[in-house]
Amino acid sequence: MNDEARREPVLRVADLRLAYRVDGELRETIRGLSFQVERGEAYALVGESGCGKSTVAFAAVHYLPDNTVHLGGQILLAGQDIRALSWQQRRLLRKSVVSMVYQNAATALNPTMRIGDQIAEVFLIRGFSRAEACLGAEDALRKVRISDVGKVLQSYPQQLSGGMQQRVVIAMAISASPELIILDEPTTGLDATVEAEILELLENLRQELKVALLFISHNLAVVAQLCDRVGTLYAGRMVEEGSTSSLLFNPHHPYTASLLRCLPKRGADKWTEVLTTIEGLPPKPGSILTGCVFAGRCTLVKPECRKGHPEAIVVGQGQKSWCIRAAEVPAMAFERPKQAPPADQKAPPLPPVIEVRNLSKSYGHGPNKVQILSDVSFAIRHQEVLGIVGESGSGKSTLAKVIVGLEPADPGSALMLMGRPMARLLEQRDPAQAGAIQMVFQDPSDSLNPKHKVKTILSRTATKALRLTASDAKQRTFEVAKSVKLDPSHVEYYPGALSGGLRQRVAIGRAIAGKPQFVVCDEPTSALDVSVQAAILNLLVDLQRHEGLSFIFVSHDLDVVRYISDRIMVLYFGRVMEIGPAEAVFSGPHHPYTEALLSAAAHLERKEVSKNRVRLRGEPPTHRFPPGGCVFHTRCPRKLGNICEEKAPPRQIGGNGHEIACHIPVNQLGRTADAR
Amino acid sequence: MYYYLYRLVSAFVTLFILSAIVFFGTVILPGDVGRRILGGLASETAVAELNRQLGTDRPVIEQYSSWLGGLLHGDLGTSFSMRVPVGELLAPALLNSAILTLLILVLLLPTAIVGGVLAALLRGRPGDHLITVSAMAATTVPDFVIGILLLLVFSLGLGWFPTSATAPAGSGFLLQLHHLLLPALCMVIGLGGYVLRMVRAGVVVALESDYTRTAFLKGLSPAAVLFRHVLRNGLMSTVAVISSQIGYIFGGLVVIEVIFNYDGIGRLIYVAANQKDFVVLQTGIIIVGSIYFMVSILGDIVHSALDPRTRFKR
Repeated sequence: MNDEARREPVLRVADLRLAYRVDGELRETIRGLSFQVERGEAYALVGESGCGKSTVAFAAVHYLPDNTVHLGGQILLAGQDIRALSWQQRRLLRKSVVSMVYQNAATALNPTMRIGDQIAEVFLIRGFSRAEACLGAEDALRKVRISDVGKVLQSYPQQLSGGMQQRVVIAMAISASPELIILDEPTTGLDATVEAEILELLENLRQELKVALLFISHNLAVVAQLCDRVGTLYAGRMVEEGSTSSLLFNPHHPYTASLLRCLPKRGADKWTEVLTTIEGLPPKPGSILTGCVFAGRCTLVKPECRKGHPEAIVVGQGQKSWCIRAAEVPAMAFERPKQAPPADQKAPPLPPVIEVRNLSKSYGHGPNKVQILSDVSFAIRHQEVLGIVGESGSGKSTLAKVIVGLEPADPGSALMLMGRPMARLLEQRDPAQAGAIQMVFQDPSDSLNPKHKVKTILSRTATKALRLTASDAKQRTFEVAKSVKLDPSHVEYYPGALSGGLRQRVAIGRAIAGKPQFVVCDEPTSALDVSVQAAILNLLVDLQRHEGLSFIFVSHDLDVVRYISDRIMVLYFGRVMEIGPAEAVFSGPHHPYTEALLSAAAHLERKEVSKNRVRLRGEPPTHRFPPGGCVFHTRCPRKLGNICEEKAPPRQIGGNGHEIACHIPVNQLGRTADAR
Repeated sequence: MYYYLYRLVSAFVTLFILSAIVFFGTVILPGDVGRRILGGLASETAVAELNRQLGTDRPVIEQYSSWLGGLLHGDLGTSFSMRVPVGELLAPALLNSAILTLLILVLLLPTAIVGGVLAALLRGRPGDHLITVSAMAATTVPDFVIGILLLLVFSLGLGWFPTSATAPAGSGFLLQLHHLLLPALCMVIGLGGYVLRMVRAGVVVALESDYTRTAFLKGLSPAAVLFRHVLRNGLMSTVAVISSQIGYIFGGLVVIEVIFNYDGIGRLIYVAANQKDFVVLQTGIIIVGSIYFMVSILGDIVHSALDPRTRFKR
């Protein structure tokens, strides 16, 4: 490579315009996009789903669906126009200049090939001998901080955990010694603790290998930790670009500002602020947009916004905003309306809606028996939200299913609704009890019957649970639609015709149509964009306040749980580690596990804090070999000694019903300074 | 391991139920064995005497249990109509059918796999439509129609092939092949279309998977992606399909062996059913059933050898 090529940015996208041909019609998705990634730089593209982020990522490696049409512009990878190259030349680039890390590591790895062979392949095609390739694969695994290299080399992908699989994909990516690694949502779907480890790894690799990163993400907090510069993408156009700190803390485009306002702030709760949502949806690919692409959803929109694309305005050091009212954006940002807690919060407490005592759940018999939940006890009061957090495998979803009665709890577990005992299985509960508890699932497209119109879905539940006449059911359907903020016209649609956010509203509507006392929400916003998530969270708060509903809210996103919950329960390996008022759990003193979870969570305000992260050792235990004593002792950073291995920890009860299961005295447990 | 034991036990139970169904089904059919063998002109006394000799005048339950008891002791019984031990009838018939089946598979597998992979690579294009539609058409035409058409065109019309599948005694390999080609082709067309579409479906899923994308973006050549990553995953389902289609092959054998007058197990069973020769019929069906189960268990073993996911459960 000559000196001139060295000075070229590693990736330069210039006025790129792409469309997909669908049914003979061109649908423009990338509408004149320009940006560049310098050598060794970490550049992030952010935006909601459907903005064209992934299309850009795959266009950069020229791996696009056959129906893609190039309408104009250029992509220069290491100075070479990727479209002008022959496929052999593009193979050369893929071998040694650019590599990719994907969102779903589990499917990105070949299930029938050993890890060692899959990594070695990268070396083999670069002309190394088999022996060199094997050594290279070993070395790559060491670089991604895998300790048991020999075992992993011999494993098949499905034998590894999600975090390990993503490490393997990263190992494969760095094996090409690339100049640019494109990361498409690499931590989406991973637990916060695993996400923190992957981000730390990426940051270290970047230092070691001097490789540039193009980071595609919808998660602004993750971007804040890793990237130098950020570009906000909307409807296939750049709307704002700048250094990470200036863009995230001083946004000058209404879209960037709105995205940031959708996120619950660290330590924020529902009584101190209402989340801002972005009305409407991103424009569909192919829609004709004259003027600013964001005009349709912008709160600052003026008639002149609709005349011609706005020119870039330099708003700060290296920060550009494509908005004619950029100067007014800082004033609009972060004005969040406040709301008072409901009056009856202060009223004398009613009996618990749900009470669970010594709940256990196991599968299998004899030597194959695995204990998923052990001795879980808690109560949820009227009009209260209990948040449940924990890593995957902690038993969160199982607990939700057991309470609803989809899976029977083990004998000896006690479940009570309004002080009355409930059968363990849904079929055995009396109809009133069965109808009193409803569930909302993570993915509304799987949980709604696609063959029923929305009105059928809503009215069926209402009719069954409330024994309504046809006309009353119709009346109830419109009431429900209104309370979940669906447009009356939406009830005539099939779920498939609605967007993800609207579908989740239908799912919530279905849950509340029968006037239940209690709703279990299992990761209800995890599959949604932040703007839609904010709307759903606001909706749940409304329902809590106006309909007097109680909720269980299961999520792996700590800020969301903190925002929505009155109390929080922390689960690890099916045991309650800590339970208490949301504020107390977040500010401490907290269980060492809670402390680790909190310090792992990515959030906007803390690049430097990551250095003080509480690290968990090793992998979570397997259910076949549960640890004795305190189940957390194998990974606990504050393990005292033998007592933790031998004796189950006591439940230390503090004020306000804050309970911590730990051998360490409460006054010596950690606190999180920046929680509030 | 437990799984295969379970499969084995359930195979035995199924075979037992199968034998009962076949037996009582045969009994319901009109006419008696002695009358069938001796013909309509024989006297009542002769028929009764023959039935007594064969034991077919006994109560049906007794006939069934004595046959089943014999089978469990390794005694396959004696044919009513041909008066020879069933083993002597079955062994050459099985060998003949095995030869035909082998020829069918040798022709079918490469055609179906190459055709299916080609269609998958061309998915959505005219070539794919051509291949898939022809395959579908071939599958929808019943075996006996294909057989009769082939006979009419290639042996009666053009005279390229003999009408009978049985080559004269002592003929060489090529001559035997010449006789067997037409009946084999008949099955290859019928079953091949189905297997081809399965291959195509499996390979399309593999081609559009994330790991194939990973392989391409590693910089592998298209051929390396196809052979190292796509085919092993894409053909996995085909193995299961082929082993489960062994029942279909036997069903097809009955038809084509009768049409082409070939002394295989299918024709033997057909003749036995016509004669109410229940010993041959029963034993033949039990043997076919056993082969069916053995092949499908074998298919499972091959499948798990190819797919590490079935070996390790996290």
